[in-house]
Amino acid sequence: MIPIGLIQSTAVTLMDKAAIEIPDDYLGGLRQAAAVEDGDLSSFVLQAMLENYEAAKEDRRAMCGDTGCPRWYVKMANEATVEGGPVALEAALRRATAEATNGVPLRPNRVHPLWRTDHDNNVGINAPEIEFAFEPDGDWIDLTTVHKGGLFGTDYRMLFPSDGIEGIKRFYLDSLVAFGKRGLSCQPAIIGIGLGGSKDTCMVLGKRAACLRTVGDRNPDPGIAKLEEEFKDLGNSIGMGAMGFVGKSMVIDCHIEVGYCHTGGMQMSVHAFCLSSRRACARIHSDGRVEYRTDPNWFTPYQRRETVEWPATQPSRKSA
Amino acid sequence: MASHPAFKKVRLKTEPSADDLRALSIGDVVYLDGTVYTAREGVYKRVIEEGHPLPLDLPAESGANFHCSPAATIRPDGSFNIGAVTATASFRFSKWIGEWLDKSGAKLILGKGGMSSADYKKHFVPHGAIYLTTVGYGTGALLGRGVSGVKSVHWRDELGLAQAMWVIGVENFGPFIVESDLDGNSLFERENAKIAAGLAKVYEGTRPAVLKRYGETDDRSDEVI
Ligand code: SF4
Repeated sequence: MIPIGLIQSTAVTLMDKAAIEIPDDYLGGLRQAAAVEDGDLSSFVLQAMLENYEAAKEDRRAMCGDTGCPRWYVKMANEATVEGGPVALEAALRRATAEATNGVPLRPNRVHPLWRTDHDNNVGINAPEIEFAFEPDGDWIDLTTVHKGGLFGTDYRMLFPSDGIEGIKRFYLDSLVAFGKRGLSCQPAIIGIGLGGSKDTCMVLGKRAACLRTVGDRNPDPGIAKLEEEFKDLGNSIGMGAMGFVGKSMVIDCHIEVGYCHTGGMQMSVHAFCLSSRRACARIHSDGRVEYRTDPNWFTPYQRRETVEWPATQPSRKSA
Repeated sequence: MASHPAFKKVRLKTEPSADDLRALSIGDVVYLDGTVYTAREGVYKRVIEEGHPLPLDLPAESGANFHCSPAATIRPDGSFNIGAVTATASFRFSKWIGEWLDKSGAKLILGKGGMSSADYKKHFVPHGAIYLTTVGYGTGALLGRGVSGVKSVHWRDELGLAQAMWVIGVENFGPFIVESDLDGNSLFERENAKIAAGLAKVYEGTRPAVLKRYGETDDRSDEVI
């Protein structure tokens, strides 16, 4: 049984880490981009970003004043139990969000969409989002918080099989250029693409591809992995860099996740995880150990399974 | 860094003279000293649409309007805890900016992403004002270091923490980049034009989507197929 107090205190620490510490994988990617950037204004911006991460860590202040929308991803191993059950768990995460908003401090961004009611704590109706997934074997729970920034940089489009790769590329470029101008999406960013699923699944997959995978990680499907590489290079060949200035650093990495979709469709979503790629994770074990990390390791073989049974005994695909 | 040209770096007062501003070119890097205040849609609506008087003496107290909500809290004892400050996208405030420049006498608009050169020419140029963009834009921690203290917060109850008017003392506050000059030229638009010239080549081998989107033009006879 995992004590609820430990979950709440770990969650507060995660909020703090996400807001202040840039994950190493993104930092490494940004340094590489800075090393090859030859646009003078873009270079200046990247240099300022690198200094900003240092300042944030040194002063323990948020790296960006816009907190974005803090949200939670919770993964429970099959044998894990939480003191008080899932309702207590949700309450702990809401409390941690409110507490950290005041403590770090973070910007209270969340308001009612119509009445603009603001509780000054990033908590409200359906906020923060708390999403759950499960994993076979084990008695731990993984908490991940992401403070996804950006009113810009995300888009959805219903494509069809006849749109093909040319259509996918087109929408990808359209999204990058549209939100890259003037740097609205705060590039260079990790770009996540969702393909297929239903409309909502497509958005969820793309957002998770952007926020829950690390720089350098590749999809296990070799065809998709190749597309990820190709799209990364394509994005960096637009001629646009940080803040929309002339340059070549738009995309720190590109991740694609897929879901089976309606036979007539090919949904696509694009998501930019901005310069402040705020994610932090911890595994809380039943024996009370807490391990912090920055790789959510969300997309396990189990999460990407395509068979009826798990472990897979035989492929579920019908023969042609 | 593959190349690291020296940018012109300027320290500027938050109530600059016309000569100070005349000396700036788009692309220059600026650090500010003095007092800035936050005002965005909440404040604009209150002052311009609802006619409330300004809660402080502008531009005497500050000539610099920051499109921003700080990551800050007000402690129970009334003191402030301000961490990072990051700008918010300014293009959304286009409909209020002319009247705001009139009422506030602001000479510097600070924010994210700039506004259009049409806005600059119509509103900024006649008021002798320029636009400074934050850098990054997520350089909230660097900007936070330039904050010497919160001087006051107005309309906290009426507008909430994020939309309230924060009056902030600043020292070596930056970096900012000069986005528009006194003639209304825009750095972003200059860069957009350079990039657009190469886009046709990047788009080779792509196709527009077979299903269009209705409502993005005013032509009601449009179809989506
Ligand atoms: S998009 Fe990211 S870096 Fe940019 S202002 Fe928002 S949170 Fe900050």
